[in-house]
Amino acid sequence: MTDTLRRVVTYTVYRVVALALTVVVGVYLAILIANMGGYVDQIRKAQIDEAIGASVLGDRSLQGLPPSELRRIIDQRKEIEYKRLGLDKPFIVRSFSYLWDALTLNLGRAEQLSSDSGSRQVRLILLERLPATLLLFGTANLLLFFFSLFAGLWLSRRYGGFWDKLVIALTPTSAAPAWFYGIFLILIFASLLKVLPFGGMVEAPPPKDTLQYALSVLKHMILPTLALWLSSIFLAIYSRRTFFLIFASEDYVEMARAKGLPSGIIERRYILRPTLPTIITQFAFLLIGLWGGAIILETVFNWPGIGRLTFQAIGLYDTPVIVASTVIYAYLLALTVFLLDIIYALVDPRVKVGAEGGAL
Amino acid sequence: MTALRTGLQQIRRYPSALVGLGIIVGLIVLAIAAVLIIPYDEAIRLWRGGEDIWQESPRYARPAWLNLFSAKKLPETIVLSTLSPSQTVTKIRADKTVTISLAFEYPYDDFPSELTLFFQAQYRELLPYARLSWRTPDGREISLGERKLSASDRYSISQDTRLERRLGNRPPEVGLFASPTAPQLPLKGRYELRIIGTLFEENADIDAKLVVYGKVYGLAGTDHKRRDLMVALLWGAPVALAFGFIVAVGTSLTTLIIAAIGAWYGRWVDALIQRITEVNIILPYLPILIIIGTFYSRSIWVMMIAITLLSIFNAGIKVYRAIFLQIKESPYIEAARAYGASDLRIIVRYMAPRIIPILVPGFVTLIPSLVFLEASLGLLGLGDPVLPTWGKILNDAQNNGALYKGYYYWVLSPSVLLMFTALGFSMLGFALDRIFNPRLREL
Repeated sequence: MTDTLRRVVTYTVYRVVALALTVVVGVYLAILIANMGGYVDQIRKAQIDEAIGASVLGDRSLQGLPPSELRRIIDQRKEIEYKRLGLDKPFIVRSFSYLWDALTLNLGRAEQLSSDSGSRQVRLILLERLPATLLLFGTANLLLFFFSLFAGLWLSRRYGGFWDKLVIALTPTSAAPAWFYGIFLILIFASLLKVLPFGGMVEAPPPKDTLQYALSVLKHMILPTLALWLSSIFLAIYSRRTFFLIFASEDYVEMARAKGLPSGIIERRYILRPTLPTIITQFAFLLIGLWGGAIILETVFNWPGIGRLTFQAIGLYDTPVIVASTVIYAYLLALTVFLLDIIYALVDPRVKVGAEGGAL
Repeated sequence: MTALRTGLQQIRRYPSALVGLGIIVGLIVLAIAAVLIIPYDEAIRLWRGGEDIWQESPRYARPAWLNLFSAKKLPETIVLSTLSPSQTVTKIRADKTVTISLAFEYPYDDFPSELTLFFQAQYRELLPYARLSWRTPDGREISLGERKLSASDRYSISQDTRLERRLGNRPPEVGLFASPTAPQLPLKGRYELRIIGTLFEENADIDAKLVVYGKVYGLAGTDHKRRDLMVALLWGAPVALAFGFIVAVGTSLTTLIIAAIGAWYGRWVDALIQRITEVNIILPYLPILIIIGTFYSRSIWVMMIAITLLSIFNAGIKVYRAIFLQIKESPYIEAARAYGASDLRIIVRYMAPRIIPILVPGFVTLIPSLVFLEASLGLLGLGDPVLPTWGKILNDAQNNGALYKGYYYWVLSPSVLLMFTALGFSMLGFALDRIFNPRLREL
């Protein structure tokens, strides 16, 4: 027991360090690209120049001053504004302060976007959107994981039957991403049948009653969840089933059968347990892929999560929000991988720190 | 290499692989046809062209073949121009009066979507003058007013609010066609637009073109900018295929070589590659691409390079590495080393080819995901600024509320093509996977 504990703890520490490094690299990369080596700063400077120029020239109290005096005032205000935004330091210096701010979730103030409560704090904007994303993707992923696991197990028992053949035939459909199925689902259920909403998370105006509110959210969740589910389910079932079948033909399973063990125990003890690490790894990759797709799926379904926020921020060139949502993505991904790593270490006794192919 | 050849021969035993292969061949034929029918420059000109190129096609028109399946015949576009006179289009000039008659049969069950009259006038100083009148099949005559004509003039009849009020607050394209007894249906029969022009100079002349915009157009319909969707549907094929193929080749080969280098040199090279891979696997891939697209460039080439760079260090490296570690110990590598082969030669000539049977299925299944990635970027409005692509059609449709307003053709046609591409490649890919992975072959 203590041995297991020590193993899991060392492994956890190792993985935390590795993942922290990943987050740092990912976030720094995002900052570098978002600022395009200072290119975005030029756009920001130009915007500031224009706004200040307009405000000074439009100021009644300053009218009548000679042009040279006006120019001096404009330059002075520009200088103050640059200092306020930290634009006077070289980019490399700023990039590290950006990095530190980003990693400590000191995400700054948005330039254009604001939260529903009217705040400009990027952290508040993100916190407002995060639950929506977690709700949708959490639900869809849990459904996917358990459904594919049990369906895979069920199919491996009915190897070669009608349902098995059907799933194999449908596996190529998983090449299309969730938003693609989303469009079809909207077409059928929202546009043609008019039974489910086109998008959004809750009716407008939102119901006051909590139960009504929950029901409305549930109704809005059906199509995006179904889209996510449809886009990966057949491939997930297929790969589960194949692994179960491969393991079901191992000698020790034959042996267990020969001993006359009931099939339930064989499945649990001799098939499910050795395949679980592989299944969890596959699931980790699936999750990572789904997180990436959130931006488009949420845009298609108007789902007020992090993905759509990212997309809105990009449209408005709102650099702090873009960097912040990339940071959140990096954290979410790292967290996902970390959680799965822990589960992996728990279910796979072979995992040792430094062992070949221990992680992902 | 023989493994690859025997593997490929087995494809015949897998019907899904053959179907997939058939779809792929079909798509390649479509792509080649697109490039041949509409050359690159022409495609760009058509797709980027504004109203002047697509003057004679309607907005939001459904594909014309839908009429075959519907009892209610939607109108096609009718263009009548005095520059190409016919029996029903006449221009008679007598002294300083020009009488133009633009007559047409209207056999459809729905109203046109728009009515516009274009004029071309020749004069030196004094602008010609025209009186317009509309004659319905049942003999009613509706005046469309009088106007002075400049060198190039257009009268958008549909947007004439005064006419709309005179027609009982009905849009002119409805009011002018509505049957007096059943106003929700158009009256079928022969309509005529008569223009009586008065010229004030000897060499003056006027020409007129009436466009009765329909509600169906061509094989694929049109979008909000009157563009024929066929241009983008056809050109989407070569763009998508080239994108998928080039990036897949670039990524697969680089991944292969890097995995081989890591396995061959071992130690810190290997460790470095492993760490880069671990970091790269959980980088937020799409957000980074979107940032590049927004702040830097949406050019398809930049995107291709970015995607390739971001996906070189993928999970495949780990798989290949494990196999390379085995190969590295095999006797023939030792033999190569003994005869003095260089590291590069061993990696490229002896190690890399062994992985190809495993690489091929992965490569084939990678293509559809790349095609969809390109479409996803297009859907987000980050498609190449110049090229017409499937993703861009979806983006336009999404922005114009196509699903909400019921323009299903606009969404369905690019989607069906995307689906075919995805299915074609992944059917082949899955079959290849089963052929080359003996463990899966029996399952």
